[in-house]
Amino acid sequence: MLVMALLIGGLIAAGLYLMLRRSVAKLIFGIVLVGHAVNLIVFSSGGLLHAGSPVVEEGRKTLVHPHPDPLPQALVLTAIVIGFSVQAFAIVLIKRAHQAAETDDFDRMDTTERDG
Amino acid sequence: MNSASLVLTLPVVIPLATAILTLALREHRAAQRTASVTGWTGLLGVAIWLLIEVQDAGAIAVQLGGWPAPYGITFVADRLSALMVLVSAAMGLAVGLYSLAGLSPEREHHGHHTLFHVLLMGVNGSFLTGDLFNLYVWFEVMLIASFVLVTLGGRRGQLEGGLKYMTLNLLGSMIFLASVGFLYSQTGTLNMAHLHVVLDESGGGTLLLTISVLLLIAFGIKAAVFPLFMWLPTSYHTPPTAVSAIFAGLLTKVGVYALIRAFTLIFTFDVGWTHSLLLWLAGLTMASGVLGAMVQGSVRRILSFHIVSQIGYMVMGLALYTLAGLAGAVFYIIHHIVVKTNLFLIGGLIARVCGSAELSRVGGLIRKRPLLAGLFLIPGLSLAGIPPLSGFWAKFAVIKASLEVDAWVIAAVALAVGLWTLFSMMKIWSEAFWKPDPEDERCVPVPMDLASRVLGYGPVIALALVTIAIGLYPAWLADHAAASAVQLLEPDDYLRAVLGEALR
Amino acid sequence: MRSLILQVMTRGLTPLLLLFSVYLLLRGHNSPGGGFAGGLIASSVLVLFALVFGVQETRKALRVSPLSLLVSGLAIAVLSGLVGWFEGGDFLQAWWYGREVEIIHHFGTPLLFDLGVYLTVLGAMLTMVLTLIEEA
Repeated sequence: MLVMALLIGGLIAAGLYLMLRRSVAKLIFGIVLVGHAVNLIVFSSGGLLHAGSPVVEEGRKTLVHPHPDPLPQALVLTAIVIGFSVQAFAIVLIKRAHQAAETDDFDRMDTTERDG
Repeated sequence: MNSASLVLTLPVVIPLATAILTLALREHRAAQRTASVTGWTGLLGVAIWLLIEVQDAGAIAVQLGGWPAPYGITFVADRLSALMVLVSAAMGLAVGLYSLAGLSPEREHHGHHTLFHVLLMGVNGSFLTGDLFNLYVWFEVMLIASFVLVTLGGRRGQLEGGLKYMTLNLLGSMIFLASVGFLYSQTGTLNMAHLHVVLDESGGGTLLLTISVLLLIAFGIKAAVFPLFMWLPTSYHTPPTAVSAIFAGLLTKVGVYALIRAFTLIFTFDVGWTHSLLLWLAGLTMASGVLGAMVQGSVRRILSFHIVSQIGYMVMGLALYTLAGLAGAVFYIIHHIVVKTNLFLIGGLIARVCGSAELSRVGGLIRKRPLLAGLFLIPGLSLAGIPPLSGFWAKFAVIKASLEVDAWVIAAVALAVGLWTLFSMMKIWSEAFWKPDPEDERCVPVPMDLASRVLGYGPVIALALVTIAIGLYPAWLADHAAASAVQLLEPDDYLRAVLGEALR
Repeated sequence: MRSLILQVMTRGLTPLLLLFSVYLLLRGHNSPGGGFAGGLIASSVLVLFALVFGVQETRKALRVSPLSLLVSGLAIAVLSGLVGWFEGGDFLQAWWYGREVEIIHHFGTPLLFDLGVYLTVLGAMLTMVLTLIEEA
């Protein structure tokens, strides 16, 4: 549990640091890292224990005790899929923005802030 | 098939089916448009049916796939959800028809219609779901569609605005997801009705308060609440009018809806603390939005900042946490969606007529397009809160609610912001319409053919009529808003619909 | 990429891996696997194919466009949900038909839904990756 907490903290710290940089390329790495950290939060929200998988075995009607909570696993699977598609879009968008603006610097992508 | 199941699921299934159909028909423009229009109309029909059903039977719920709550995914509609679905369906139809005249063929070929329907699906799903994680999923559906709608076309401004929009909204989603995880580890459930029951029994605690603030931040980013609104004015004016109009009308309001649900159904254990925080945010949102709008020089940018300030009124109604306050907030949301969508459409018409929506480049429209000028005045004055239009009743309801609980400061802020809003509207009025342009140096009107005139003006006129109708007969909407507020404050009806008698 | 070893390997592995992805799809309801995993494996096989033999060749081998795969997948998934209504239940409620068979266990709407997911994932992945390879 402690290892998990430290890992999540480290990932978020690194991810936010990257997101706060001016370079757009680092932004995507930041998004990915924070995304992983959040998935880990959801994953560990049902508690962590050393036990088998929450799959009903052949010939049984219920799960064998002790078993982990299956719901966070289902949630995190959904979250990973969503995160994956969003990140794929983000990469393409950043590539296009980089090509259109001819810069990697967030501060110079400011045409929408000006009138005209 | 039973009717509750049908009427609750169709608002999501119809846009989904239409999206698939338009994607399949992407090579045939006419067929694609027919499918789109059918989808919008069908959605509006179902939304009316849903409202009638909810009016008769109270809150109704359905367990998707037949898995009972709190384990399965629940769809549930009380009066607030039904009203929101109805308004978003109506805006879908209005903006959709408007878009048929103004879109470039490439944009339609590259999936504009498909994404538009996916967006409507996400919005309706967010209004109907009874499960917090499912709400996250609908948010993402809506966001992904909106990301692509903002950036489709790929001009530099769109990409830059889209990048900022995406980054902040992704951050919001991640905070949302993290707080869902924390909430699950604290309570063991994510069904909102069940959460209400569980938290009612166990009471709050510092940890849950922290989670509530995390969710406040997440929804606050989506709703563009102070100080998290900066993504909105940098991106909303970049895509085509039809897109920014539907965004302006619906997307931030989904955030507000989520705030209302979370802070009436789930986090009510420490109202004194959470809701005074909300009240502060409401005041700051109103003021910062309207002040931001004052220095802008383009119609759509002014309107974008006004979205922010208007969000403040809705949050204010929620923060008061009285019957009158919540009813005012609901009234305000409905009024605002109609008026704001209409103003963006009018901004688009100005741009279509003059070739630009920069105030320094338009003028003299009162002579050249008197109809457009008249149509602008209706939602413009309504937004500022001039009687007898809908905005007056909305502002009146919220401010009256604040005076009832002696919240003088927020009432004063709300009144002052109303004045400034009037100032901004008059600025657009005098620059775009009133200012003489005898030499035609600022704006040479582009003639439009009959079809695009009907499709362009038709929705605008219809929405203006809705505004007037709400203004002249506010009783219908006020009754609905009051009934929604009762259901929000005393969620027994909602709980019974979702959980049945057993779990309560 | 012109590597003889890779080409020969890919030619041999592609049908095997596609078969495996279908196996995962079919056993997915009660055991690990399912439409998403199957679709991902199928799409990674085809991405490997595209990297080795080129995008043109892959599109030709596929015969249908990835977008059509996506559309049909979504349509199948929605239709499988509608079955629940017509049988008198809720949207997406599972309905089973026929008797028990190997691997699949039962025929029913969840299998249909999984097939939809499989095609959707395959179509979406291929649309994205093939476009990206072409642009690069």
